[in-house]
Amino acid sequence: MLELLWLVPLAPLGGFLILAVARARLGRRAVATVGVGSAGVALAAAGAVAAGFFALPAAGRVYEQNLGTWISAGDLAARFVLHLDALALVMMAVVTLVGFLILLYSAESMAGDEGYARFFCYMNLFVASMLVLVLAGDLLLLYLGWEGVGLCSYLLIGFWYREPANARAAKKAFIVTRVGDAALLVGLLVLFTQMGTSDIGGLLARAAERWPTGSSVATLAALLLLAGAVGKSAQLPLQVWLPDAMAGPTPVSALIHAATMVTAGVYLLSRMHGLFALAPAAATVTAVIGAATLLLAGTSALVQRDLKRVLAYSTMSQVGYMFVALGVGAWGAAIFHFVTHAVFKSLLFLAAGAVIAALGEEHDLFKMGGLRQRLPLVFWTFLAGAASLAALPLVTAGFYSKEEILAAAWAGPAGGRWLWAAGAVGAAVTALYTGRMVFLVFFGTAKREPSQQPGWAMATVLVILAALSVSGWWLDPRWLLGGTEIAATLPVRLAGTAAALAGIVLAWYFYLRRPALAARVAQSRAGAALGRWWIGGWGFDWLYNFIFVRPYVWLTQLGRDELLDGPFRTLGRTLDLAHAGMSWTVTGRVRWYAAALAAGAIAAIAVAVWR
Amino acid sequence: MNSVSPESGLVVAAVLFALGLGGVLARRNMLFVLMSIEIMLNAAALAMITAGARHHAADGQVMFMFILATAAAEVAVGLAIVLLIYRRRRTLDVDEAREMRG
Repeated sequence: MLELLWLVPLAPLGGFLILAVARARLGRRAVATVGVGSAGVALAAAGAVAAGFFALPAAGRVYEQNLGTWISAGDLAARFVLHLDALALVMMAVVTLVGFLILLYSAESMAGDEGYARFFCYMNLFVASMLVLVLAGDLLLLYLGWEGVGLCSYLLIGFWYREPANARAAKKAFIVTRVGDAALLVGLLVLFTQMGTSDIGGLLARAAERWPTGSSVATLAALLLLAGAVGKSAQLPLQVWLPDAMAGPTPVSALIHAATMVTAGVYLLSRMHGLFALAPAAATVTAVIGAATLLLAGTSALVQRDLKRVLAYSTMSQVGYMFVALGVGAWGAAIFHFVTHAVFKSLLFLAAGAVIAALGEEHDLFKMGGLRQRLPLVFWTFLAGAASLAALPLVTAGFYSKEEILAAAWAGPAGGRWLWAAGAVGAAVTALYTGRMVFLVFFGTAKREPSQQPGWAMATVLVILAALSVSGWWLDPRWLLGGTEIAATLPVRLAGTAAALAGIVLAWYFYLRRPALAARVAQSRAGAALGRWWIGGWGFDWLYNFIFVRPYVWLTQLGRDELLDGPFRTLGRTLDLAHAGMSWTVTGRVRWYAAALAAGAIAAIAVAVWR
Repeated sequence: MNSVSPESGLVVAAVLFALGLGGVLARRNMLFVLMSIEIMLNAAALAMITAGARHHAADGQVMFMFILATAAAEVAVGLAIVLLIYRRRRTLDVDEAREMRG
């Protein structure tokens, strides 16, 4: 069954090609069949491949499938090679499953949109790119998938391109991630030139042989890869694009946040974790970035009014946890959290999409309320996702993965007390903003009547994802991945759990029991100032606007108006002036011409005589 | 034969030419402008003859014949133009004919 591996990325790619070529001739039903069906084929193929994978002997489970040579130039031989190991298997399973569910959901939720076929076309390409990225056995092929993901995010964030704001958000996402992509490309070239191969397995083996731990080349390469991952995964300092990426349709947000794009950075770092083991400094930077981002994003999520922006900041914060885990060397825990996050975050986005659609495209949290009885299915599924996000102990999947990361931050190979403290505070903040979201949307007094209930496709998807969110620990992929066991003492684990519980209780007290108190805190002078600071994501947009965007625009204006056009405009103006002077002498009076002729002749003779 | 000195001949030519030029610049009537041009041509011809006499060569008189022919042609063309302009605009004022200004 392993031979079917090629079908996994190629099925969505085929769906993309069909839709791209024939989308004007296909009816809506056919479009949905192709768009969802291709992801379904990929899911089925992934299932078959997984069955074949488990049939392999337990030691050294790796399968490679070579689909031909891509570039062969001198020492460099990049192949279309698919590499399946435990990590790729976990990623493939999540991407195909969540991708399929999101596409199924959008078949219903996007039904009224005029760009129906275009939407599925891009979404299929998105899933295909992510699968190429995940399954690539060659760094160059991985980079192809990486760029494909970036392109699709641009196309889908700007899906409703008639709004200038959406087009701006798409451009912002593309340009900001491009900064990271450029660093990643440089990092890849460093690895190629140093190692002479682009095959990931061979490259990591050679790196471990040639580079001593902590060597400067290894650190440089690791830092460049980290910069790429930071851009894609929306971590400090390239995090500004993610909140604006909410401009796209809700299923797009779900896909970007859960299965594709944002998690690509986490995957890259896990894939290259051998390199980070050689560069402890780069690993420390990763952990610090993750800790800073999770706090920044968590506090920003506390004050957002837009439901989708709360979820966006929450994704940044959760990916920050994954970076902390990667930084302390517990990449297994990072992948565990990736799996649970993919499930509960897609669930939260899709449920939020149902709420927003039911309220007539209302995004403002404070204009919602009391939807518990009116949208019961959405409420219970959203609650399951929110509980998982807030790490409600014992029942939810998110609890186990977050606990593992906190334990790793405390006791892992490169852990530290400060990292743990940041994670624990972050857990409390996460629970607080999650509770705020749930209580504001579903409890309290109803401000608006929902106009529609989710149909069967949306409901099925929500129920499946909700069941996975509260399924507990069995999503843990670490028995497959291997890696070190983390032995954190019980008090540490209990403290982390207590932090999350405290957040939930605080949210209940503030937003349900005493809503007036929350309002008073928000309106006090310090509260209002903090709110203004946090709602813009700690002012990073303003800062980047000031440092980069304005000078750049100023420079382009300069280049356009003054520097280059200056000489040409002067030439033009001089000629204009000369022309005006000449035409002033052509008066049409013959006698003046004669006088000028005579004067000229006299002058010429005078020169000839007295020279 | 009592000969005239070349200097006095050239002075008369210069005076004639200046008179003609003055007429061209000052007169607005086209007929007078044409007559003034005729005077300037004759001044030039006189200068030629004087120069020929000074060098004892026939070239000056040959040039006079040429200038005579040129003057005749100029008057023929000039009068025709004047006639046409007068028919069109009922005036002989040179300053009126200035559509060719830039």
